[in-house]
Amino acid sequence: MSGKHRAERPMVPKAEFTSYYGKPILNPPTWQSPDIPGYLFLGGLAGGSSLLAAGADLTGRRALSRMAKTGAVAAAGLSMVALVHDLGRPARFINMLRVFKVTSPMSVGSWLLAGYVPAAGVAAASALTGRLPRIGSAATAGAALLGPAVASYTAALISDTAVPAWHDGYPEMPFVFTGSGAMAAGGLGLLAGLPARARPDETAPARNLALLGVAMETAAFARMEHRIGLSAEPYSAGRGGAYVKAGQALALLGAAGSLLSRRSRIATALSGTALIAASAATRWGIYHAGLASARDPKYTVVPQRQRLDERAALKD
Amino acid sequence: MSTQPADPFATDGYENRPPRMGFFTDTSVCIGCKACEVACKEWNHVPEDGLNLTGMSYDNTVGLGADTWRHVAFIEQRKPAPPGPDGQLRWLMASDVCKHCTHAACLDVCPTGALFRTEFGTVVVQEDICNGCGYCVPACPYGVIDQRQDDGRVWKCTLCYDRLGDGMEPACAKACPTDSIQFGPLDELRERAARRVDALHEAGVADARLYGEDPHDGVGGDGAFFLLLDEPEVYGLPPDPVVTTRDLPSMWRHVAAAAATLTAAAAASFAATLIGRRR
Repeated sequence: MSGKHRAERPMVPKAEFTSYYGKPILNPPTWQSPDIPGYLFLGGLAGGSSLLAAGADLTGRRALSRMAKTGAVAAAGLSMVALVHDLGRPARFINMLRVFKVTSPMSVGSWLLAGYVPAAGVAAASALTGRLPRIGSAATAGAALLGPAVASYTAALISDTAVPAWHDGYPEMPFVFTGSGAMAAGGLGLLAGLPARARPDETAPARNLALLGVAMETAAFARMEHRIGLSAEPYSAGRGGAYVKAGQALALLGAAGSLLSRRSRIATALSGTALIAASAATRWGIYHAGLASARDPKYTVVPQRQRLDERAALKD
Repeated sequence: MSTQPADPFATDGYENRPPRMGFFTDTSVCIGCKACEVACKEWNHVPEDGLNLTGMSYDNTVGLGADTWRHVAFIEQRKPAPPGPDGQLRWLMASDVCKHCTHAACLDVCPTGALFRTEFGTVVVQEDICNGCGYCVPACPYGVIDQRQDDGRVWKCTLCYDRLGDGMEPACAKACPTDSIQFGPLDELRERAARRVDALHEAGVADARLYGEDPHDGVGGDGAFFLLLDEPEVYGLPPDPVVTTRDLPSMWRHVAAAAATLTAAAAASFAATLIGRRR
């Protein structure tokens, strides 16, 4: 068992534990990459973009509005493709809408997307063709209303499992996800400033949203890692840790770039790209950390054993 | 969820139902014959999933999954096995199975309703509904249910739902030559298990303990519970499993707060540009 972090974390119990031939207790998620981490990433990008689109319409930023609406519908559409592709029986996708269960974040999410995707689609179609502006406005408002839920519900989706790294982080995970979504949507919005005819203040709100997103994601992630102890180990080790570190570096790069590069359209667009990549890297990191924490019985046994021992000590 | 009563039937309005049925697996009399594994495979047409030698004592099925619904664990320990002399090799054998939890996470998170609670209080997958989303797989705190690779759907023990309907006991219990696997109404099994563990304690088997019989545990008690001779994790069982949906109300509250924060962040992003313009 890796003991790398033992010295740094006195709160974490010694990783001495019994297992059945080192076999995992949980059956690890069958969810595949790139489908599911991609789905988490695209949902955040879409949800954040719909908010940006609504704000852009209200403040008369047409280029930003078009970019955000196109991004929202593309991301939402792709995320649906990823979700269906990950099913063991894709032809039975429609069974997702057979019942509505508040105990199943995937059921709630399916219904949410059933409302959100058409709204984002109509909003984008209207913006790109210039037709049916009133219906387009209503769809933009609808997508902006549902967007934040699309960006955040996926946190409940992965936390509502027995996977230690995901479940234990449930209070912070929604903030990590919406922060990450804001970062990605802001990054995409910065690309609206690329054409030479773009107004200089066209992308200002996108930059602001990206910076707020970076701050939110970074703060929530740090708090989660600090609070959950042993369960956080996969976020800083192995494949998950590598993705998380890459995400943090890209987020810093993108944030700094977006602030320093206001005069250069190319540099602004590059910063936006870095922010989008940062959001994706974080999602892939969270995905791989979850798999790692499910595959090693240590993460299941040690905290549960500690809980039992504490309860027994209270009884004595 | 946590607010549910420990009786899974309490609120469904179904009267005159059969009693809740379950398994009591007394591992102290298991001889590791694997008749349960074979009977289960044959009755339920569970496909072959590899004929491998793992080197894990006599265990070549490794754990529960889509194609192993009963799994016999073999543990070799150098422990004084009463009444033998010190240092004797102790061989633990235990037939594991789906726990048919009172608060079943797999059932809670299933988005299609393919997983359902039967009139016997057991948890069963409707294979004509399951679309293979795989959500139940990481939701199960015991690592029971899994996806069948070439089929895409998820599979697990049904407690022989088809046999129960005809008043027959499940195939594994029927095949068990030592009555290590006992089937019956859960209330009766719990009483029988309590007597058995007392008898073992009196006989000097201090290690004997029940696992999953407590209706106040993290899953509201198991419909299939066990008598073990060592800590649960020795057998590959979680020491203190909790149904993940117990925290779901709190998860939704955090999701709502995060969604509101995102909306506020977007509003602030535009408001800041207006302030900048006025200056």
